[in-house]
Amino acid sequence: MDVSQYLEIFLDETNEHLQNLNTQILSLEQDPENMDTINEIFRAAHSLKGMAGTMGYKRMQTLTHDMENVFSEVRNGNIKVNAGMIDVLFQCLDALEEYNTNIRESSDEGQNDNEPLIKQLNAILKGESVDGAVTEAAPAKTEPAAEKAPAAEANTEGAKWLSIKLNESQQTVLKEAAKQGKKVYGLTVKVQESCILKAARAFLVFKAIEETSEIIVSEPSTQDIEDEKFELDFSLIIISDAELDTVKKAAKNVSEIEDVIGGAMDMDSLASSAPETAAEKTATTAVEAKTPAVAAEPVPAEDEHQPAAAAAPTPAAKKPAANKPVVNRTVRVDIEKLDTLMNLVSELIIAKNSLVSASTMTGTSSPAVNEQIEYLESVTTSLHESVMKVRMVPIESTVNKFPRMVRDLQKKLGKKMELYMTGEDTELDRTVVDQIGDPLMHLLRNSADHGLESAEVRKERGKPEVGSIFLDAYQDGNNVVIEVRDDGNGIDTEAVKKKAVERGIITPEQGENMSEKEIINLLFNAGFSTAKVVSDVSGRGVGLDVVKSMIESLSGEVEVKSKLGEGSSWIIRLPLTLAIIQALMVDIGNEKYAISLGSIQTIEDISPSDVKLVQAKEVIQLRDLVIPLIRLNEILDIESKKDPNDNLVVVIVKKGDKLAGLVVDELIGQQEIVIKSLGKYINKCKIISGATVLGDGEVALILDANALI
Amino acid sequence: MEELKTVSDVTQFIVIKLGEEQYGIDIKYIDNIVRMQHITRVPKVDAYIKGVINLRGEVIPVMSIRIKMGLEPDVETKSSRIIILKMEQQGTIGVIVDEVKEVVTLESDQIEKIAYDSKDDRDSFLCGIGKCDDGLISLLDLNAVVFEGV
Repeated sequence: MDVSQYLEIFLDETNEHLQNLNTQILSLEQDPENMDTINEIFRAAHSLKGMAGTMGYKRMQTLTHDMENVFSEVRNGNIKVNAGMIDVLFQCLDALEEYNTNIRESSDEGQNDNEPLIKQLNAILKGESVDGAVTEAAPAKTEPAAEKAPAAEANTEGAKWLSIKLNESQQTVLKEAAKQGKKVYGLTVKVQESCILKAARAFLVFKAIEETSEIIVSEPSTQDIEDEKFELDFSLIIISDAELDTVKKAAKNVSEIEDVIGGAMDMDSLASSAPETAAEKTATTAVEAKTPAVAAEPVPAEDEHQPAAAAAPTPAAKKPAANKPVVNRTVRVDIEKLDTLMNLVSELIIAKNSLVSASTMTGTSSPAVNEQIEYLESVTTSLHESVMKVRMVPIESTVNKFPRMVRDLQKKLGKKMELYMTGEDTELDRTVVDQIGDPLMHLLRNSADHGLESAEVRKERGKPEVGSIFLDAYQDGNNVVIEVRDDGNGIDTEAVKKKAVERGIITPEQGENMSEKEIINLLFNAGFSTAKVVSDVSGRGVGLDVVKSMIESLSGEVEVKSKLGEGSSWIIRLPLTLAIIQALMVDIGNEKYAISLGSIQTIEDISPSDVKLVQAKEVIQLRDLVIPLIRLNEILDIESKKDPNDNLVVVIVKKGDKLAGLVVDELIGQQEIVIKSLGKYINKCKIISGATVLGDGEVALILDANALI
Repeated sequence: MEELKTVSDVTQFIVIKLGEEQYGIDIKYIDNIVRMQHITRVPKVDAYIKGVINLRGEVIPVMSIRIKMGLEPDVETKSSRIIILKMEQQGTIGVIVDEVKEVVTLESDQIEKIAYDSKDDRDSFLCGIGKCDDGLISLLDLNAVVFEGV
C-alpha cells in the first residue's frame, strides 16, 4: 500500500512527539522520580513506535521499541534514572531526529541501524551502567545513504510513466501499433503546485493529446483523474503519428502545467514486459527524459549528473527532485488563531449585511454601488468558505492508515482478521482529526490483540474463522461518533476484576460490589493490562488510559459495550466544537431557536383534538407510534403567541430509537449555522447546546434535542 | 495625562452608576464598553444572567449587577451600557450598568478598605470605598460580583 500520502502527517506528528520527548526527558533529568513525566515519556515513545511501524520504518521502530523497553522498566521501578541513561536517551532522540530528516528529504529512513545505541539501551536494561559515550561514527554513516536514496527516488519521480504496468491486452495494442509504424510514447505530466482545478487541467491535457494521439493507458485511471484523485502528476502511454515534441508541446500549452516529461516506449523491452525491466527502459529513454528536466531547472547538479549516467543503471532522469523535499512543508496554525479569523469573517459578513440594508434604505443605490456590493458579497462568501474548509477535514487522512496496520497485525499476531471502515468522509475539526489517530490506533490494536480470538477458538465457537473489526464514523446531531467494534471474545469481567485485585487497584471487597460497567471502566486505569505477554502490539497497559485521557482532552467521551463471547464496541463521542450544521429555525413566542436537522425525523401538523393524555402526559399517535409531546414554550418559559385552538406544529425528533414531538409556534426555515459555545459562565442549561449568530447579528440558541428527550 | 502615573500604588477605575449610587470598576478587567443591544434570553439559568449578546461574532453572557446585588431590576435607558469584562476564571462577561461616567485615578491612600463583617449582603460585593472630588465611590469586587451561584 502506498503510504506516501500520510507522510506529511507522520512527519508532523513525529516532530511533535520528539519535541515532547525532549522536554520531558529534560524535566526527568531534574526530577528523576516524577511518575507523571515517566508515563508521558513512555506514551510518546509508544506512539512513535506505533507510527513508525505503520509507515514501515523498521529502524526507527526498533530503536523506539528498545527505548520503550527502558522506560517500561523505569516505570515499573526496576531501574533508576541516572545521568548516563539520560545521555543515551538524548542520543536516541538525535538518532530519531535524523531518521525523521532523512524521511522528510527522501521518504526513506536511511541505512543507519544505530546499533551502538541499541546496545547501550540493552545494557541499561540489564542493569549495567553506561557512560553515554556512543561512538561518533554512527551518525556519519547515514550520509551516503541519504544521498543515494533521493537519487533513486528522483528517477521514478521524474518519469513515472516508466513504472506503469501494462496488462496483456494493452501490450498487444501497443505492439500492433508499433507494427503499423506508429510511435508509442510515455508521458508524465506535472501540474503546478498552485493549480486549483487539477482535474480540469488534466482534462485539457487529455484533449490536447487526443488531437494527435490515442491514449492507451493512464496512471492513475481516467476516472481517478477526473475525480482529482492524483497528486501533482499523472502518466500516460499513448500511440501517436506525430513527433514526441509535438505531443509534449501540445500538452505543455495547457496553462498551469509545470512540465511534461516523455520518451519513446522501448518496444523490445515491452516484449519481455514486466516492471523488472524498468531499469533497462530507463537507460534507453533517459536521453529523452533528460532534456525537459534540465530545461526546467538548470541546477548545479548537472556536473555530477553526467558521469552518473554512465555508471548507475538508473541515471537520474530528473535531478531537481533530489534537491526538493518530497513533502511540501506545511504550516501548523494554532487553532485559536483560526478562531479569531473565523470571528473576524463572521463580523465582516454582518458588516456587509448592514451595508446592503443601509444602501437600499437610504435609496443611494446606484449601479456602481450595487456592483461593488455584489463583489464584496462574493468575496466574503468565498472567504467564509475557505476559513471553514481550513478547519474541517475528513477523518480519512487519519483512518486510512489503519487497514495497513491491521494487515501487519494479522501477521504479527497470527490471527485472521479483516477491517471494515465506513464514514471516512465524516468531517471533524482539524485538531480533533489530528489527535484522534492515536486513540483509534490503540483501540484497533486492542481489538486485534485482546478482542479477537485465534482462528481455532473461533472455529470451536462456531464463528467465522476470520475475525471482523469495524470502524464506523458518523455524525450524530452535534456529535461525531466513531465506533470501533469487533466480533471477538468481549470483555471477561471476571478476569478484569481478578487482575484489578492482583494489581492492587481495588480490594477484593470492592470487587464484589462492583457493577459490570464499573469493572469495565477499570480498564481505563493507568498501568492496567490483561494481556499475559508483553508484545509490541499491546499489553503494556498504556493503550486505554491514553485513549481515555486523549479523548477527554478533546472534550469527548468514550463508552464501552461488551458481551462476553460476542464482542465489544468502543464508542467515542466527540463534540463538534466549531461545526457548521444544517438547522431548522423555529419561532417560539418572540424568540428564535435552532434545532439541528440531524435529529429531526419529520414535521407534523397536528390538530389539538388529536392530543391524548397518557398518565397525565400529552402524547400523539403517529403511524402506530405513541409519541410524547414536549411543549417547548413551557420548558423554555416563554408565552406562546399561538391560539390554543390552532393546529400544532410538531417537530418530531429522534434520539437513538426514542422519539419525541416538540411543539413550536412557527417554522422559519432551514439554515446553515455556525455553532458557538455559550461559554463557561452559562453551563447549567442542559437543553441548550450552544448559540449561533444569525445574519442580522442577533444571537439564536440551539436546542439540544438529545437532552430534551 | 493619567497614564504617566502608572506607579503601583495608583489604580484607575471606571465610575459607573447603578441608581443613585456610584460604583468603581477596576480598569484592568475592562475589555470594552458597548451600548445596550438586544439580549437573547437563555432559559433555565439564574435570574441575574440576562442572556447572551453577539459581540463581534463572539457570543458573550450578560449579567445584571443590580439583580445579583439584590437591587431593583434594570430599566433600560439611553445611557445604559454593557461593560465587557475579561475575568481570569469565568472568561468574558458583560455586565449591565445604568450609566458610565468617567475614569478616575485613585492613589492607595484615597481607598479605604472595608472589613467583611458587615451584615449587609451588598457590602460583600465591595472591596473598598474610594474618595475623590465627586464624592464617594464604592469599589466593586468583581470576582464576588461575577461569582457563580448566589
